Amino acid sequence: MISIALFALLFLVGWGFFGWNMYKIRSNIFMGRKLDRSDNKGERFKTMMLIAFGQKKMFTRPIPALLHLAIYGAFTITQIELIEIFIDGFVPHAHRIFRPSLGGFYTFLISFIEILSVFALIASIIFLSRRNLLKIPRFNMKEMNGWPKLDGNMILFMEIILVACIFTMNGADEVLYREGLSHAKDLGDGSMGFTISSFLGPLLFDGLEPATLHSLERIGWWGHIIMVFAFLSYLAYSKHLHIIFAFPNTYYSNLEKKGRLTNMESVTNEVKLMMDPTADPYAAPPEGAVEPQRFGAKDATDLTWKSLLDSYSCTECGRCTSSCPANITGKLLSPRKIMMSTRDRITEIGDNKRKHGNDYDDGKSLLGDYITEEELWACTSCNACVQECPINIDPLSIIVDLRRYLVMEESKLPTELAGMATNIENNGAPWQFSPTDRLNWKDEE
Amino acid sequence: MGLHVPTMAEKMAAGESPEILFWVGCSGSFDDRAKKITKALVKILNKCNVDFAVLGTEENCTGDPAKRAGNEFTFQMQAMMNIQVLDGYEVKKIVTGCPHCFNTLKNEYPELGGNYEVIHHTQLIQELINQGKLALKDGDTFKGKKITFHDPCYLGRANDVYEAPRSLIEKLDAELVEMKRCKTKGLCCGAGGAQMFKEAEKGNKEINVERTEDALETKANIIATGCPFCNTMMTDGLKSFNKENEIEVLDVAELIAKAEDL
Repeated sequence: MISIALFALLFLVGWGFFGWNMYKIRSNIFMGRKLDRSDNKGERFKTMMLIAFGQKKMFTRPIPALLHLAIYGAFTITQIELIEIFIDGFVPHAHRIFRPSLGGFYTFLISFIEILSVFALIASIIFLSRRNLLKIPRFNMKEMNGWPKLDGNMILFMEIILVACIFTMNGADEVLYREGLSHAKDLGDGSMGFTISSFLGPLLFDGLEPATLHSLERIGWWGHIIMVFAFLSYLAYSKHLHIIFAFPNTYYSNLEKKGRLTNMESVTNEVKLMMDPTADPYAAPPEGAVEPQRFGAKDATDLTWKSLLDSYSCTECGRCTSSCPANITGKLLSPRKIMMSTRDRITEIGDNKRKHGNDYDDGKSLLGDYITEEELWACTSCNACVQECPINIDPLSIIVDLRRYLVMEESKLPTELAGMATNIENNGAPWQFSPTDRLNWKDEE
Repeated sequence: MGLHVPTMAEKMAAGESPEILFWVGCSGSFDDRAKKITKALVKILNKCNVDFAVLGTEENCTGDPAKRAGNEFTFQMQAMMNIQVLDGYEVKKIVTGCPHCFNTLKNEYPELGGNYEVIHHTQLIQELINQGKLALKDGDTFKGKKITFHDPCYLGRANDVYEAPRSLIEKLDAELVEMKRCKTKGLCCGAGGAQMFKEAEKGNKEINVERTEDALETKANIIATGCPFCNTMMTDGLKSFNKENEIEVLDVAELIAKAEDL
């Protein structure tokens, strides 16, 4: 009974804490500006299934894709076993409650999970050595120092512990089963028949006292479920959130051509007014008109909710940065850092609001305190970062929104670009040529 | 042979409306190197008797570099003026030699009321070949030459056009060799996003030099592009390796015009 009470407590605290964290992140995301992505539901669903569920874009780099698939597959399939663990945890004396009714299919299922878990273990070890021994540049950039690096390693260690727990549980149970001492019902012939633990169990645990074996089995069981809730609680603070957010993030992807930047309607209204000879520039705004927003983005709350969702979905793999022409040639810009800065800032704003009230202003902003002008002006808008992201994150739209604020609200831009705009306005070309010379090429030799 | 380049105004005065508008773009109109690309394309259009016209002095910057630089006001003013002119001439179809104009006209004008069918000049040339209006001769202009194609970002990633320029190069009597970074993974030349008009930010290398190295690795004799900005950047890149006399940077339209002895 104590164990059921403990399990219930763990269950409630685990899910409760996770729910609270998700609520906070959700409200942080909805601090962003409006953007309509409610169209094309069919195509959106297809995109999500291909890119998040099917991991299509991961496979442009096949080796990491296969290793990642091993962990993803093990994780997904293990959820079935997790359902059993939840039920076993609540039902008195239940042990492997699905086994009697599923029979041979149960053996197949657990065997499948075991095999995938071995793959996941191998993948985790390779990933750990890749991150820490091989000097892969994208894992060792400045923005990865400190927490992001630790975060990446912690997830892999947790994964290894989780797999160790599964095999401790199944292995000890196997040895008990052979001696007719397992709590599983329908004790049959010699073995439970799970592919890996039927030989790993005897190898590790043969000859141990039944009491020790029962303890080991329980340590594996509790260890597994504690790790699951630890993982769930940890998600909100980790890049690992992508395991959930990859799905909504790809569903709400930009379905237009990548070259199309958003149209600023607020500017359209002003330009129409300017070009309309009958417009009265001093007219009072119509009744109920909304107060104009600032042009572009200065802080994270000026970005669209999709950019903020992007930032929470980012798993800091750095494919964007490793393909960015500016970054490759030593400029300060790193698209991954743009995403990390955005997430850190919107989390800070959200935490401040909850702590100090809605009107609290900490005097900081995304632009300036987190992202510098030098980073923004290094971008060539080539879309390589957008193309590379395995879950369709769009760093470029953040860069453009911040540039818009710099240019239209503060007139802070490289002098050559100010000159270019003047040329466009005065002579209809970015260079100082006379518009009357535009067709001269026709008669030149 | 002189070029036949009617303007929309002339066409309208004659009571005609051409099938397609050739949007020359600022580079194509004013930049000495890009003007050659413009003329190469006109020669192809003339040869195939394409019923086209240009806006001439009525053409104006699309506003692309202003928009990428964050200057939405300048962009939209340009766009609205251009849309008035285009709609005044009832333009339906536009071809352009500049992927930046192409992208902006195609993707960013519709929301401001300008709806046209917009194609890149490599797509038009491909259409002409498909329709049998242009039969490439088996000339030996490019015999034994290696050509590599540098994907302009605003043609490739931005608009998913990868095959049209390649299919044209493949029709030549030359070998198409790919750079290690090509198509979706193509590296930018460094000019996009209004970088063409400013000094690069502080770094340890110029982007066009990095990209030129990719091209040099292929041992190509010709670097083909489909964008006047890329052309400038790659030409400058070759100069930094003192290779400008060994390797040519040519637009796909120029390759076709050369093959046709135009």
